[in-house]
Amino acid sequence: MSKAQPALEVHNLTASYNRKPVLWDIDFTIPQGQLVGIVGPNGSGKTTLLKAIMGLLDPDSGFVELKGQPLKAVREEVSYVPQRESVDWDFPADVLDVVKMGRYRKKNLFKRLSSEDKRIAVESLEKVDMLQYADRQIGELSGGQQQRVFIARALAQQGEIYLMDEPFVGVDAATEDAILKLLVEMKEAGKTVIIVHHDLQTAFEFFDWMVLLNTRLVACGPKEEVFTKEYLQEAYGGRLTVLSKIGELISSKAFPIREKGFSEKK
Amino acid sequence: MESLLNFFSFQDPNVQLVVLGMLFISLSSSMVGSFAFLQKKSLVGDAVAHALLPGIAIAFMLTGSKNPWVLIVGALFSGWVSILIMDLLTKRSKLKMDTSIALVLSVMFGLGILLLTHIQHSDFGNQSGLDKFLFGNAASLNLTDVQAFGFVTLIIVVLVGVFYREFKLLAFNYDYAKTIGLPVKTMSFVMNTLLVLAITTGIQAVGVVLMAALLIAPAAAAKTWTHSLSKMIGIAMIFALFSSLLGSFISYTQANMPTGPWIVVILTLFTLLSLLFAPKRGAFARMKRQRKNSLKINTENFLKALYHLGEKEGAQLDWFQINAVLEQRSFNKVTLKRTLTNLSKKRNLVLDQNRVKLTKAGEVEAKRVVRLHRLWELYLTSRMHFKSDHIHSNAETVEHIITPEIEKELIKELGSPLLDPHSSKIPYSNEHE
Repeated sequence: MSKAQPALEVHNLTASYNRKPVLWDIDFTIPQGQLVGIVGPNGSGKTTLLKAIMGLLDPDSGFVELKGQPLKAVREEVSYVPQRESVDWDFPADVLDVVKMGRYRKKNLFKRLSSEDKRIAVESLEKVDMLQYADRQIGELSGGQQQRVFIARALAQQGEIYLMDEPFVGVDAATEDAILKLLVEMKEAGKTVIIVHHDLQTAFEFFDWMVLLNTRLVACGPKEEVFTKEYLQEAYGGRLTVLSKIGELISSKAFPIREKGFSEKK
Repeated sequence: MESLLNFFSFQDPNVQLVVLGMLFISLSSSMVGSFAFLQKKSLVGDAVAHALLPGIAIAFMLTGSKNPWVLIVGALFSGWVSILIMDLLTKRSKLKMDTSIALVLSVMFGLGILLLTHIQHSDFGNQSGLDKFLFGNAASLNLTDVQAFGFVTLIIVVLVGVFYREFKLLAFNYDYAKTIGLPVKTMSFVMNTLLVLAITTGIQAVGVVLMAALLIAPAAAAKTWTHSLSKMIGIAMIFALFSSLLGSFISYTQANMPTGPWIVVILTLFTLLSLLFAPKRGAFARMKRQRKNSLKINTENFLKALYHLGEKEGAQLDWFQINAVLEQRSFNKVTLKRTLTNLSKKRNLVLDQNRVKLTKAGEVEAKRVVRLHRLWELYLTSRMHFKSDHIHSNAETVEHIITPEIEKELIKELGSPLLDPHSSKIPYSNEHE
């Protein structure tokens, strides 16, 4: 039943950063069980899109549904891997501590983690080839190892849908291999993995499905359909000057991005 | 000496009160301070401490009472108002966080001083004592104060205990906590309330001006000693407790000596010692590491020079004049002496006045260094396409860094090469000449 539902539906999403729109009416759906790359040039709103999907910022318009439901209802099935640089790795914690965080739930807020939780955390570490570092202080890891710890934490959540923000940035070859191997396994297990990725060269190789973004949606679909000269040129061939000017005006003149009282006709 | 015994035998009921009060204060402020420190909220803590003053003054003016509960309520109120203002300024105006913090700190503190001055110049009966909030005076703690602190500390310990895991996640990765559905807003509210509560009790000992030190210094010092959050909090508590007891003792024995500055001085000492002597991260450990590295580099360089000499003469295990080695590579006198002592201690060479001779073990080691150097040069030319006249200085450094594992990888990747880019022979340790 749930297979019929799309993994992700982004409906008419407009989002802004510092009051400046960075995403304009993004609208697409992604089927379940795909490896999806969200691809676009620098500043095209990839991370903002991911944050809006994960409920980390309030969109100006539109909504997001995962497996046909709002995030709130399916939170435990959705795992998020933030950018590695978004945390201070000098924090006093060891690797296993961080992976165990993937087992925290709203409903076990005051409970101790069970031995089952710990087993899952250990297994997740194993999956990213990091078990031998379980007791290591996280600050002593290399960048690639830190990335793998973050992915292990997401795995420990045992969700259906994974959203990862630039997991391939600044990692060593061993980590890249480990992640790619894992992605294949996850696809075989029917998981949906959505990855923000900035490198066009590898994107075609890594993913089956592609969302091409440049502040607006350029294309979304199986990679063969999206990776055409026209679409790529449209995404990477420079900004839409008029659109950027509108964005500047909204920000500098403090215009609303959506008029109040305006609601879409269903 | 007598006063020391007097104080630390805890017989004087006054002393008992002070000690108990300080125990509560250091527990609560170091516990909450650890989280504030990890959340990079040290300055927020400072601003909140200063901002409590108007709340305390207003609470006193309204009730005329110095009951700690009344003052805590006043402090809590103005502490919260200040946190909200800082948040609002940062989110809703173009002001950056540091500006908002500085603004709230100075404006609220100024307001507090105005109100305190007003209180002192009007005829509130028992106004004396409110100024202890400025610099702290542990000696003046009374039973009601200590009871109130005890209760506040209990609240803090229980809540931190219950929310420990969540607080940890919140401090490490707020966004992630939000995505897994933890009530991050409520948790932050609880954490901020605990911060205000801890500061409220702490300022009676060290005063608003110095409160940030009691909050942050124990955590900063403790963090250098451990990688575990629970241990860090424990160590921070010990530092805080020790400093505040010693500080109170000094202000107890010396008339008119404020407690706060002494506590801060002792805390600073702890922090300084931690920064200097902590394992791994301390300045001292770093110096030791650097010294060790430099000795390794020097001994390896000497062995290499000796090897080169032997290579030229075609006889590795002969006696060579030290001066001849120095022609290969210069060492200053002190370094040379240290290097030679170390090498002969490791039985890598035999020293006889002005002559040296490699031992078998020394030869193995010398070959290893030369091998690494030449392997690396080959790697630079074949894999990184450096020109062969540009590789020497790079290899000079890297030869000391390559581990046995990397060496194996190098040999495998380069296919056990026999010659380096300058056509010098790459010596392997298992070959017999």
